[in-house]
Amino acid sequence: MKRGKGMKFVGDSRIPATNRKPNIPKDYSEFPGKTEYFYPDFLLKEWLVGAVFLVGFLCLTIVGEPPLEREADPTDSSYIPMPDWYFLFLYQLLKYSYASGDYNLIGVLVIPGLAVTALMLAPFIDRGPKRRPKDRPIATGFMLLAVAAIFYLTWEAVVTHDWETAKQQGLISEAATEDIEIDTTHPGYAVYQAQSCIGCHGTNLEGSGSNPPLIGTEKSKEEIMDIAVNGIGSMPAGLFTGSEEELEQLAEFISSIEK
Amino acid sequence: MLNKLYDWIDERVDITPLWRDLADHEVPEHVNPAHHFSAFVYCFGGLTFFVVVIQVLSGMFLAMYYVPDIERAWDSIYHLQYNVAYGKIVRGMHHWGASVAIVMMFLHTLRVFFQGAYKKPRELNWIVGVMIFLTMLALGLTGYLLPWDMKALFATNVTLNIIESVPLIGEPLRTLLAGDSVITGAQTLTRFFAIHVFFLPALLFLLIGIHFFLIRRQGISGPL
Ligand code: HEM
Repeated sequence: MKRGKGMKFVGDSRIPATNRKPNIPKDYSEFPGKTEYFYPDFLLKEWLVGAVFLVGFLCLTIVGEPPLEREADPTDSSYIPMPDWYFLFLYQLLKYSYASGDYNLIGVLVIPGLAVTALMLAPFIDRGPKRRPKDRPIATGFMLLAVAAIFYLTWEAVVTHDWETAKQQGLISEAATEDIEIDTTHPGYAVYQAQSCIGCHGTNLEGSGSNPPLIGTEKSKEEIMDIAVNGIGSMPAGLFTGSEEELEQLAEFISSIEK
Repeated sequence: MLNKLYDWIDERVDITPLWRDLADHEVPEHVNPAHHFSAFVYCFGGLTFFVVVIQVLSGMFLAMYYVPDIERAWDSIYHLQYNVAYGKIVRGMHHWGASVAIVMMFLHTLRVFFQGAYKKPRELNWIVGVMIFLTMLALGLTGYLLPWDMKALFATNVTLNIIESVPLIGEPLRTLLAGDSVITGAQTLTRFFAIHVFFLPALLFLLIGIHFFLIRRQGISGPL
Protein backbone atom coordinates (compact mmCIF):
# COMPACT_ATOMS: atom_id res chain seq x y z
CA MET A 1 0.00 0.00 0.00
CA LYS A 2 1.34 3.34 -1.01
CA ARG A 3 -1.47 5.44 0.49
CA GLY A 4 -0.25 8.79 -0.68
CA LYS A 5 3.38 8.07 0.06
CA GLY A 6 4.37 8.64 -3.51
CA MET A 7 3.99 6.51 -6.57
CA LYS A 8 5.62 6.87 -9.94
CA PHE A 9 3.80 5.80 -13.06
CA VAL A 10 5.72 7.86 -15.51
CA GLY A 11 7.87 6.00 -17.95
CA ASP A 12 6.61 2.50 -18.18
CA SER A 13 3.80 0.15 -17.49
CA ARG A 14 5.65 -3.00 -16.65
CA ILE A 15 5.04 -5.03 -13.53
CA PRO A 16 6.60 -3.73 -10.29
CA ALA A 17 10.25 -4.26 -9.38
CA THR A 18 11.28 -7.78 -8.35
CA ASN A 19 14.61 -8.90 -7.03
CA ARG A 20 15.30 -10.69 -10.24
CA LYS A 21 15.13 -7.66 -12.42
CA PRO A 22 15.02 -4.12 -11.17
CA ASN A 23 12.23 -2.41 -12.93
CA ILE A 24 11.96 1.11 -11.61
CA PRO A 25 10.39 3.47 -14.09
CA LYS A 26 12.47 6.36 -15.25
CA ASP A 27 11.46 9.91 -14.46
CA TYR A 28 10.73 12.32 -17.30
CA SER A 29 13.85 14.24 -16.34
CA GLU A 30 15.93 11.18 -17.19
CA PHE A 31 14.63 10.82 -20.68
CA PRO A 32 17.05 11.89 -23.41
CA GLY A 33 17.42 15.60 -23.95
CA LYS A 34 14.68 15.97 -26.52
CA THR A 35 11.89 16.03 -23.99
CA GLU A 36 9.85 19.17 -24.57
CA TYR A 37 7.65 21.36 -22.47
CA PHE A 38 3.99 20.89 -23.24
CA TYR A 39 3.27 24.56 -22.77
CA PRO A 40 3.94 26.49 -24.89
CA ASP A 41 6.32 24.60 -27.22
CA PHE A 42 4.42 21.43 -27.90
CA LEU A 43 0.99 23.00 -27.67
CA LEU A 44 1.89 25.35 -30.51
CA LYS A 45 2.80 22.40 -32.73
CA GLU A 46 -0.36 20.59 -31.80
CA TRP A 47 -2.26 23.74 -32.69
CA LEU A 48 -0.68 23.79 -36.15
CA VAL A 49 -1.44 20.14 -36.77
CA GLY A 50 -4.99 20.81 -35.59
CA ALA A 51 -5.35 23.70 -38.05
CA VAL A 52 -4.19 21.52 -40.96
CA PHE A 53 -6.55 18.76 -39.87
CA LEU A 54 -9.43 21.23 -39.65
CA VAL A 55 -8.79 22.53 -43.16
CA GLY A 56 -8.76 18.99 -44.52
CA PHE A 57 -11.94 18.21 -42.65
CA LEU A 58 -13.70 21.32 -43.95
CA CYS A 59 -12.71 20.39 -47.50
CA LEU A 60 -14.39 17.05 -46.92
CA THR A 61 -17.60 18.73 -45.77
CA ILE A 62 -17.59 21.03 -48.78
CA VAL A 63 -17.01 18.21 -51.27
CA GLY A 64 -19.41 15.71 -49.74
CA GLU A 65 -22.89 16.96 -49.18
CA PRO A 66 -24.48 15.16 -46.22
CA PRO A 67 -27.12 12.78 -47.57
CA LEU A 68 -30.79 13.35 -46.88
CA GLU A 69 -33.39 10.92 -48.12
CA ARG A 70 -37.10 11.62 -48.42
CA GLU A 71 -39.15 12.02 -45.31
CA ALA A 72 -39.76 8.83 -43.34
CA ASP A 73 -42.78 6.92 -44.54
CA PRO A 74 -43.51 4.03 -42.16
CA THR A 75 -45.99 2.50 -44.60
CA ASP A 76 -43.37 1.82 -47.28
CA SER A 77 -42.52 -1.76 -46.41
CA SER A 78 -40.41 -2.39 -49.51
CA TYR A 79 -37.60 -0.14 -48.33
CA ILE A 80 -34.30 -1.97 -47.74
CA PRO A 81 -32.93 -0.76 -44.40
CA MET A 82 -29.29 0.25 -44.10
CA PRO A 83 -27.42 1.35 -40.97
CA ASP A 84 -24.59 3.86 -40.94
CA TRP A 85 -21.37 2.34 -42.32
CA TYR A 86 -19.70 1.69 -38.97
CA PHE A 87 -22.51 -0.65 -37.96
CA LEU A 88 -22.44 -2.60 -41.21
CA PHE A 89 -20.30 -5.41 -39.82
CA LEU A 90 -22.82 -6.12 -37.05
CA TYR A 91 -25.65 -5.91 -39.54
CA GLN A 92 -23.88 -8.32 -41.89
CA LEU A 93 -23.23 -10.77 -39.07
CA LEU A 94 -26.96 -11.16 -38.58
CA LYS A 95 -27.39 -12.33 -42.15
CA TYR A 96 -25.53 -15.59 -41.62
CA SER A 97 -27.68 -18.60 -40.87
CA TYR A 98 -25.88 -19.49 -37.64
CA ALA A 99 -26.30 -15.98 -36.33
CA SER A 100 -29.93 -15.41 -37.20
CA GLY A 101 -33.31 -17.11 -37.14
CA ASP A 102 -33.18 -19.80 -34.46
CA TYR A 103 -29.61 -18.85 -33.70
CA ASN A 104 -30.45 -15.15 -33.47
CA LEU A 105 -29.07 -15.01 -29.94
CA ILE A 106 -25.62 -15.94 -31.17
CA GLY A 107 -25.47 -13.03 -33.58
CA VAL A 108 -27.21 -10.53 -31.33
CA LEU A 109 -25.78 -11.28 -27.94
CA VAL A 110 -23.13 -13.98 -27.78
CA ILE A 111 -20.63 -12.84 -30.40
CA PRO A 112 -20.81 -9.06 -29.77
CA GLY A 113 -21.00 -9.70 -26.02
CA LEU A 114 -17.89 -11.89 -26.04
CA ALA A 115 -16.03 -9.39 -28.18
CA VAL A 116 -16.83 -6.43 -25.93
CA THR A 117 -16.10 -8.39 -22.76
CA ALA A 118 -12.78 -9.59 -24.12
CA LEU A 119 -11.88 -6.04 -25.13
CA MET A 120 -12.85 -4.71 -21.72
CA LEU A 121 -10.84 -7.36 -19.91
CA ALA A 122 -7.84 -7.30 -22.22
CA PRO A 123 -5.47 -5.90 -19.57
CA PHE A 124 -6.40 -8.75 -17.24
CA ILE A 125 -6.13 -11.47 -19.86
CA ASP A 126 -2.90 -10.22 -21.39
CA ARG A 127 -1.03 -9.71 -18.14
CA GLY A 128 2.60 -10.41 -18.97
CA PRO A 129 5.26 -7.73 -18.67
CA LYS A 130 5.99 -7.61 -22.39
CA ARG A 131 4.51 -4.81 -24.47
CA ARG A 132 5.74 -5.32 -28.03
CA PRO A 133 3.08 -6.86 -30.29
CA LYS A 134 5.30 -9.73 -31.39
CA ASP A 135 5.99 -10.68 -27.77
CA ARG A 136 2.25 -11.00 -27.15
CA PRO A 137 1.22 -13.35 -29.95
CA ILE A 138 -2.16 -14.27 -28.47
CA ALA A 139 -3.35 -10.72 -27.85
CA THR A 140 -1.97 -9.53 -31.18
CA GLY A 141 -3.42 -12.52 -33.01
CA PHE A 142 -6.91 -12.10 -31.62
CA MET A 143 -6.95 -8.39 -32.31
CA LEU A 144 -5.75 -8.88 -35.89
CA LEU A 145 -8.41 -11.52 -36.34
CA ALA A 146 -11.10 -9.19 -34.98
CA VAL A 147 -9.99 -6.32 -37.18
CA ALA A 148 -9.88 -8.62 -40.22
CA ALA A 149 -13.39 -9.87 -39.39
CA ILE A 150 -14.71 -6.31 -39.08
CA PHE A 151 -13.19 -5.35 -42.43
CA TYR A 152 -14.42 -8.49 -44.11
CA LEU A 153 -17.98 -8.19 -42.80
CA THR A 154 -18.16 -4.52 -43.71
CA TRP A 155 -16.91 -5.33 -47.18
CA GLU A 156 -19.44 -8.12 -47.61
CA ALA A 157 -22.26 -5.83 -46.50
CA VAL A 158 -21.16 -3.20 -48.99
CA VAL A 159 -20.93 -5.52 -52.00
CA THR A 160 -24.20 -7.32 -51.30
CA HIS A 161 -26.18 -4.11 -50.85
CA ASP A 162 -28.14 -2.97 -53.89
CA TRP A 163 -26.97 0.62 -53.96
CA GLU A 164 -28.84 1.59 -57.13
CA THR A 165 -32.25 0.49 -55.85
CA ALA A 166 -31.50 1.95 -52.44
CA LYS A 167 -30.71 5.28 -54.01
CA GLN A 168 -33.97 5.28 -55.94
CA GLN A 169 -35.92 4.37 -52.82
CA GLY A 170 -34.55 7.27 -50.91
CA LEU A 171 -34.85 10.03 -53.50
CA ILE A 172 -36.67 13.14 -52.44
CA SER A 173 -39.49 13.60 -54.96
CA GLU A 174 -38.86 16.19 -57.62
CA ALA A 175 -41.55 18.57 -56.42
CA ALA A 176 -39.72 19.30 -53.21
CA THR A 177 -36.52 20.32 -54.94
CA GLU A 178 -37.30 21.36 -58.50
CA ASP A 179 -39.27 24.31 -59.68
CA ILE A 180 -42.47 23.35 -61.40
CA GLU A 181 -43.96 25.65 -64.00
CA ILE A 182 -46.58 27.65 -62.20
CA ASP A 183 -49.22 29.43 -64.26
CA THR A 184 -48.97 32.86 -62.71
CA THR A 185 -51.62 34.24 -65.04
CA HIS A 186 -54.28 32.01 -63.52
CA PRO A 187 -56.83 34.18 -61.65
CA GLY A 188 -56.28 31.88 -58.65
CA TYR A 189 -52.63 32.91 -58.56
CA ALA A 190 -53.66 36.53 -58.19
CA VAL A 191 -55.75 35.55 -55.17
CA TYR A 192 -52.88 33.44 -53.84
CA GLN A 193 -50.73 36.55 -54.10
CA ALA A 194 -53.25 39.02 -52.71
CA GLN A 195 -54.15 36.87 -49.72
CA SER A 196 -51.33 36.04 -47.34
CA CYS A 197 -50.69 32.52 -48.76
CA ILE A 198 -47.65 33.54 -50.75
CA GLY A 199 -45.83 34.73 -47.64
CA CYS A 200 -45.49 31.25 -46.20
CA HIS A 201 -45.95 28.91 -49.13
CA GLY A 202 -43.66 30.82 -51.47
CA THR A 203 -43.90 32.44 -54.89
CA ASN A 204 -43.76 29.08 -56.64
CA LEU A 205 -45.83 27.25 -54.04
CA GLU A 206 -42.59 25.55 -53.04
CA GLY A 207 -43.16 26.06 -49.32
CA SER A 208 -40.42 27.16 -46.95
CA GLY A 209 -39.01 25.51 -43.87
CA SER A 210 -41.86 23.77 -42.14
CA ASN A 211 -44.51 25.41 -44.35
CA PRO A 212 -45.33 22.66 -46.81
CA PRO A 213 -45.23 23.10 -50.57
CA LEU A 214 -48.67 23.26 -52.21
CA ILE A 215 -47.56 21.31 -55.24
CA GLY A 216 -49.42 18.06 -55.76
CA THR A 217 -51.27 18.24 -52.46
CA GLU A 218 -53.70 15.54 -53.64
CA LYS A 219 -56.46 17.42 -51.87
CA SER A 220 -59.83 18.17 -53.40
CA LYS A 221 -61.01 21.68 -54.15
CA GLU A 222 -63.41 21.55 -51.18
CA GLU A 223 -60.68 20.47 -48.78
CA ILE A 224 -58.44 23.29 -49.91
CA MET A 225 -61.23 25.83 -49.49
CA ASP A 226 -61.75 24.53 -45.98
CA ILE A 227 -58.03 24.75 -45.12
CA ALA A 228 -57.75 28.29 -46.46
CA VAL A 229 -60.55 29.41 -44.18
CA ASN A 230 -60.17 27.19 -41.14
CA GLY A 231 -56.42 26.51 -41.13
CA ILE A 232 -54.69 23.18 -40.56
CA GLY A 233 -51.97 22.05 -38.19
CA SER A 234 -49.89 25.09 -37.33
CA MET A 235 -51.54 27.20 -40.02
CA PRO A 236 -54.09 29.38 -38.21
CA ALA A 237 -57.71 29.88 -39.26
CA GLY A 238 -58.95 33.11 -40.75
CA LEU A 239 -56.01 33.77 -43.05
CA PHE A 240 -58.31 34.00 -46.05
CA THR A 241 -60.27 37.22 -46.09
CA GLY A 242 -61.46 37.41 -49.71
CA SER A 243 -64.81 36.70 -51.36
CA GLU A 244 -66.43 33.35 -51.98
CA GLU A 245 -65.60 33.57 -55.67
CA GLU A 246 -61.95 34.26 -54.98
CA LEU A 247 -61.84 31.32 -52.62
CA GLU A 248 -63.11 29.06 -55.38
CA GLN A 249 -60.55 30.37 -57.84
CA LEU A 250 -57.78 29.90 -55.31
CA ALA A 251 -58.77 26.32 -54.49
CA GLU A 252 -59.17 25.46 -58.14
CA PHE A 253 -55.73 26.82 -58.89
CA ILE A 254 -53.99 24.95 -56.09
CA SER A 255 -55.74 21.65 -56.70
CA SER A 256 -54.84 21.88 -60.40
CA ILE A 257 -51.11 21.77 -59.76
CA GLU A 258 -49.72 18.29 -60.01
CA LYS A 259 -46.32 16.95 -59.24
CA MET B 1 -3.41 45.88 -20.89
CA LEU B 2 -4.35 42.22 -20.93
CA ASN B 3 -1.38 41.48 -18.70
CA LYS B 4 -2.50 44.10 -16.23
CA LEU B 5 -5.99 42.68 -16.19
CA TYR B 6 -4.58 39.20 -15.66
CA ASP B 7 -2.38 40.42 -12.80
CA TRP B 8 -5.27 42.25 -11.24
CA ILE B 9 -7.36 39.07 -11.15
CA ASP B 10 -4.42 36.87 -10.22
CA GLU B 11 -3.60 39.06 -7.21
CA ARG B 12 -7.07 38.51 -5.86
CA VAL B 13 -7.93 34.99 -6.95
CA ASP B 14 -4.54 33.30 -7.51
CA ILE B 15 -5.52 31.70 -10.79
CA THR B 16 -2.01 30.91 -12.03
CA PRO B 17 -1.72 27.52 -10.30
CA LEU B 18 -4.99 26.42 -11.88
CA TRP B 19 -3.82 26.53 -15.46
CA ARG B 20 -0.15 25.93 -14.65
CA ASP B 21 -1.25 22.60 -13.34
CA LEU B 22 -2.56 21.75 -16.80
CA ALA B 23 0.24 23.40 -18.74
CA ASP B 24 3.29 22.15 -16.88
CA HIS B 25 4.16 18.74 -18.04
CA GLU B 26 6.86 17.50 -20.30
CA VAL B 27 6.38 15.77 -23.62
CA PRO B 28 8.87 12.94 -23.83
CA GLU B 29 10.78 12.45 -27.06
CA HIS B 30 9.22 9.12 -27.98
CA VAL B 31 5.72 10.60 -28.36
CA ASN B 32 6.82 13.68 -30.26
CA PRO B 33 6.35 13.38 -34.04
CA ALA B 34 8.82 16.23 -34.49
CA HIS B 35 11.55 13.81 -33.43
CA HIS B 36 10.23 10.45 -34.57
CA PHE B 37 7.74 10.59 -37.36
CA SER B 38 6.23 7.26 -36.34
CA ALA B 39 5.09 8.94 -33.13
CA PHE B 40 2.13 10.28 -35.10
CA VAL B 41 0.25 7.29 -33.70
CA TYR B 42 0.15 9.15 -30.40
CA CYS B 43 -1.90 11.89 -32.07
CA PHE B 44 -5.00 9.79 -32.60
CA GLY B 45 -6.33 10.34 -29.08
CA GLY B 46 -5.90 14.09 -29.37
CA LEU B 47 -7.47 14.13 -32.83
CA THR B 48 -10.43 12.15 -31.53
CA PHE B 49 -10.87 14.80 -28.88
CA PHE B 50 -10.64 17.52 -31.51
CA VAL B 51 -13.40 15.89 -33.53
CA VAL B 52 -15.52 15.50 -30.40
CA VAL B 53 -15.19 19.27 -29.90
CA ILE B 54 -16.27 19.80 -33.52
CA GLN B 55 -19.27 17.56 -32.90
CA VAL B 56 -20.30 19.49 -29.82
CA LEU B 57 -20.00 22.87 -31.52
CA SER B 58 -21.69 21.88 -34.79
CA GLY B 59 -24.36 20.08 -32.78
CA MET B 60 -25.13 23.27 -30.88
CA PHE B 61 -25.68 25.06 -34.17
CA LEU B 62 -27.83 22.23 -35.53
CA ALA B 63 -30.02 22.57 -32.45
CA MET B 64 -30.83 26.13 -33.48
CA TYR B 65 -32.80 24.74 -36.42
CA TYR B 66 -33.71 21.19 -35.59
CA VAL B 67 -37.19 20.37 -34.30
CA PRO B 68 -37.53 16.94 -32.63
CA ASP B 69 -41.03 16.25 -33.85
CA ILE B 70 -42.06 13.82 -36.57
CA GLU B 71 -44.07 16.48 -38.40
CA ARG B 72 -41.23 18.94 -38.55
CA ALA B 73 -37.94 17.11 -38.07
CA TRP B 74 -37.34 16.31 -41.72
CA ASP B 75 -38.55 19.73 -42.85
CA SER B 76 -36.25 21.46 -40.42
CA ILE B 77 -33.25 19.50 -41.71
CA TYR B 78 -34.27 20.13 -45.31
CA HIS B 79 -34.64 23.82 -44.58
CA LEU B 80 -31.26 23.95 -42.88
CA GLN B 81 -29.54 22.12 -45.69
CA TYR B 82 -31.07 23.86 -48.68
CA ASN B 83 -32.27 27.27 -47.52
CA VAL B 84 -30.03 28.40 -44.68
CA ALA B 85 -26.72 30.05 -45.58
CA TYR B 86 -23.89 27.59 -44.84
CA GLY B 87 -26.44 25.18 -43.40
CA LYS B 88 -24.95 22.49 -45.59
CA ILE B 89 -21.57 23.03 -43.96
CA VAL B 90 -22.96 22.93 -40.44
CA ARG B 91 -24.84 19.72 -41.11
CA GLY B 92 -21.91 18.37 -43.10
CA MET B 93 -19.52 18.94 -40.22
CA HIS B 94 -21.73 17.05 -37.81
CA HIS B 95 -22.43 14.29 -40.32
CA TRP B 96 -18.85 13.65 -41.46
CA GLY B 97 -17.51 14.42 -38.01
CA ALA B 98 -19.38 11.42 -36.66
CA SER B 99 -17.58 9.13 -39.10
CA VAL B 100 -14.19 10.75 -38.60
CA ALA B 101 -14.58 10.50 -34.82
CA ILE B 102 -15.27 6.78 -35.09
CA VAL B 103 -12.26 6.25 -37.37
CA MET B 104 -9.91 8.24 -35.15
CA MET B 105 -11.15 6.49 -32.03
CA PHE B 106 -10.66 3.12 -33.69
CA LEU B 107 -7.07 4.02 -34.64
CA HIS B 108 -6.43 5.32 -31.12
CA THR B 109 -7.73 2.07 -29.64
CA LEU B 110 -5.53 0.04 -31.95
CA ARG B 111 -2.42 2.05 -31.05
CA VAL B 112 -3.10 1.59 -27.33
CA PHE B 113 -3.79 -2.09 -27.86
CA PHE B 114 -0.83 -2.97 -30.04
CA GLN B 115 1.55 -1.00 -27.86
CA GLY B 116 0.30 -2.87 -24.82
CA ALA B 117 -0.26 0.55 -23.25
CA TYR B 118 -3.22 -0.81 -21.29
CA LYS B 119 -1.00 -2.85 -19.01
CA LYS B 120 -0.44 -2.01 -15.39
CA PRO B 121 -0.95 0.66 -14.16
CA ARG B 122 -3.28 1.77 -16.98
CA GLU B 123 -5.95 -0.95 -16.81
CA LEU B 124 -8.55 1.44 -15.42
CA ASN B 125 -8.06 3.91 -18.20
CA TRP B 126 -8.47 1.15 -20.74
CA ILE B 127 -11.81 0.20 -19.18
CA VAL B 128 -12.89 3.84 -19.23
CA GLY B 129 -11.79 3.87 -22.87
CA VAL B 130 -13.95 0.90 -23.81
CA MET B 131 -16.90 2.64 -22.12
CA ILE B 132 -16.15 5.75 -24.18
CA PHE B 133 -16.08 3.55 -27.27
CA LEU B 134 -19.55 2.19 -26.56
CA THR B 135 -20.87 5.66 -25.74
CA MET B 136 -19.62 6.98 -29.06
CA LEU B 137 -21.28 4.13 -30.95
CA ALA B 138 -24.52 4.83 -29.09
CA LEU B 139 -24.25 8.49 -30.07
CA GLY B 140 -23.94 7.47 -33.70
CA LEU B 141 -26.89 5.13 -33.42
CA THR B 142 -29.25 7.65 -31.82
CA GLY B 143 -28.15 10.51 -34.05
CA TYR B 144 -28.91 8.50 -37.17
CA LEU B 145 -32.66 8.62 -36.48
CA LEU B 146 -32.93 12.35 -35.96
CA PRO B 147 -33.22 13.57 -39.60
CA TRP B 148 -36.31 11.37 -39.82
CA ASP B 149 -35.72 10.34 -43.41
CA MET B 150 -36.24 6.87 -44.83
CA LYS B 151 -32.87 5.43 -43.88
CA ALA B 152 -33.18 6.88 -40.39
CA LEU B 153 -36.55 5.33 -39.67
CA PHE B 154 -35.86 1.93 -41.17
CA ALA B 155 -32.40 1.49 -39.69
CA THR B 156 -33.78 2.40 -36.28
CA ASN B 157 -36.61 -0.05 -36.75
CA VAL B 158 -34.09 -2.81 -37.37
CA THR B 159 -32.05 -1.79 -34.33
CA LEU B 160 -35.11 -1.77 -32.11
CA ASN B 161 -36.16 -5.19 -33.41
CA ILE B 162 -32.72 -6.53 -32.60
CA ILE B 163 -32.92 -5.12 -29.10
CA GLU B 164 -36.38 -6.59 -28.68
CA SER B 165 -35.16 -10.06 -29.65
CA VAL B 166 -32.90 -10.25 -26.60
CA PRO B 167 -34.57 -12.51 -24.04
CA LEU B 168 -35.91 -11.08 -20.75
CA ILE B 169 -34.65 -7.51 -20.93
CA GLY B 170 -35.29 -7.05 -24.66
CA GLU B 171 -38.90 -5.95 -24.61
CA PRO B 172 -38.78 -3.57 -21.64
CA LEU B 173 -35.56 -2.10 -23.04
CA ARG B 174 -37.19 -1.49 -26.39
CA THR B 175 -40.12 0.24 -24.72
CA LEU B 176 -37.76 2.37 -22.68
CA LEU B 177 -35.81 3.50 -25.73
CA ALA B 178 -38.66 3.78 -28.23
CA GLY B 179 -41.41 4.94 -25.91
CA ASP B 180 -43.68 2.22 -27.23
CA SER B 181 -43.62 -1.54 -27.53
CA VAL B 182 -44.48 -1.60 -31.25
CA ILE B 183 -44.47 1.82 -32.87
CA THR B 184 -41.33 3.62 -33.93
CA GLY B 185 -42.81 7.08 -34.02
CA ALA B 186 -43.19 10.41 -32.30
CA GLN B 187 -42.15 9.09 -28.89
CA THR B 188 -39.13 7.36 -30.33
CA LEU B 189 -37.89 10.50 -32.00
CA THR B 190 -38.15 12.63 -28.88
CA ARG B 191 -36.51 9.96 -26.77
CA PHE B 192 -33.64 9.46 -29.18
CA PHE B 193 -33.27 13.21 -29.33
CA ALA B 194 -33.03 13.49 -25.55
CA ILE B 195 -30.62 10.55 -25.39
CA HIS B 196 -28.48 11.89 -28.21
CA VAL B 197 -28.35 15.47 -26.98
CA PHE B 198 -28.46 15.21 -23.20
CA PHE B 199 -27.86 11.78 -21.73
CA LEU B 200 -25.02 10.46 -23.85
CA PRO B 201 -23.03 13.71 -24.11
CA ALA B 202 -23.21 14.07 -20.31
CA LEU B 203 -21.90 10.53 -19.97
CA LEU B 204 -19.25 11.15 -22.62
CA PHE B 205 -17.94 14.31 -20.93
CA LEU B 206 -17.75 12.53 -17.62
CA LEU B 207 -15.83 9.61 -19.12
CA ILE B 208 -13.49 11.83 -21.13
CA GLY B 209 -12.87 13.84 -17.96
CA ILE B 210 -11.83 10.69 -16.12
CA HIS B 211 -9.79 9.58 -19.14
CA PHE B 212 -7.77 12.80 -19.19
CA PHE B 213 -7.43 12.93 -15.43
CA LEU B 214 -5.93 9.45 -15.46
CA ILE B 215 -3.57 10.23 -18.34
CA ARG B 216 -2.33 13.32 -16.52
CA ARG B 217 -1.90 11.35 -13.32
CA GLN B 218 -0.10 8.39 -14.86
CA GLY B 219 1.73 10.06 -17.69
CA ILE B 220 1.97 8.54 -21.11
CA SER B 221 3.35 5.01 -21.33
CA GLY B 222 7.07 4.68 -21.95
CA PRO B 223 8.76 3.71 -25.19
CA LEU B 224 8.37 0.11 -26.27
C1 HEM C 1 -13.60 10.12 -27.41
C2 HEM C 1 -12.72 9.18 -27.36
C3 HEM C 1 -11.29 9.28 -26.81
C4 HEM C 1 -10.48 10.36 -26.61
C5 HEM C 1 -10.83 11.83 -26.91
C6 HEM C 1 -9.24 9.87 -26.10
C7 HEM C 1 -8.14 10.68 -25.81
C8 HEM C 1 -6.91 10.21 -25.39
C9 HEM C 1 -5.69 10.97 -25.38
C10 HEM C 1 -5.56 12.43 -25.83
C11 HEM C 1 -4.70 10.16 -24.91
C12 HEM C 1 -3.21 10.51 -24.81
C13 HEM C 1 -2.38 9.65 -25.75
C14 HEM C 1 -2.79 9.61 -27.18
O1 HEM C 1 -3.28 10.64 -27.68
O2 HEM C 1 -2.65 8.55 -27.81
C15 HEM C 1 -5.30 8.89 -24.57
C16 HEM C 1 -4.62 7.81 -24.00
C17 HEM C 1 -5.22 6.58 -23.73
N1 HEM C 1 -6.44 6.15 -24.20
FE1 HEM C 1 -7.85 7.33 -25.04
N2 HEM C 1 -9.29 8.52 -25.95
C18 HEM C 1 -10.52 8.12 -26.39
C19 HEM C 1 -10.98 6.83 -26.47
C20 HEM C 1 -10.28 5.73 -25.97
C21 HEM C 1 -10.70 4.38 -26.16
C22 HEM C 1 -11.93 3.95 -26.95
C23 HEM C 1 -9.77 3.59 -25.50
C24 HEM C 1 -9.70 2.08 -25.34
C25 HEM C 1 -10.62 1.23 -25.64
C26 HEM C 1 -8.78 4.46 -24.90
C27 HEM C 1 -7.72 4.05 -24.09
C28 HEM C 1 -6.64 4.85 -23.77
C29 HEM C 1 -5.52 4.44 -22.93
C30 HEM C 1 -5.36 3.10 -22.22
C31 HEM C 1 -4.62 5.54 -22.92
C32 HEM C 1 -3.27 5.60 -22.23
C33 HEM C 1 -2.24 5.18 -23.25
C34 HEM C 1 -0.83 5.45 -22.87
O3 HEM C 1 -0.56 5.92 -21.77
O4 HEM C 1 0.03 5.17 -23.73
N3 HEM C 1 -9.12 5.76 -25.22
N4 HEM C 1 -6.64 8.93 -24.88
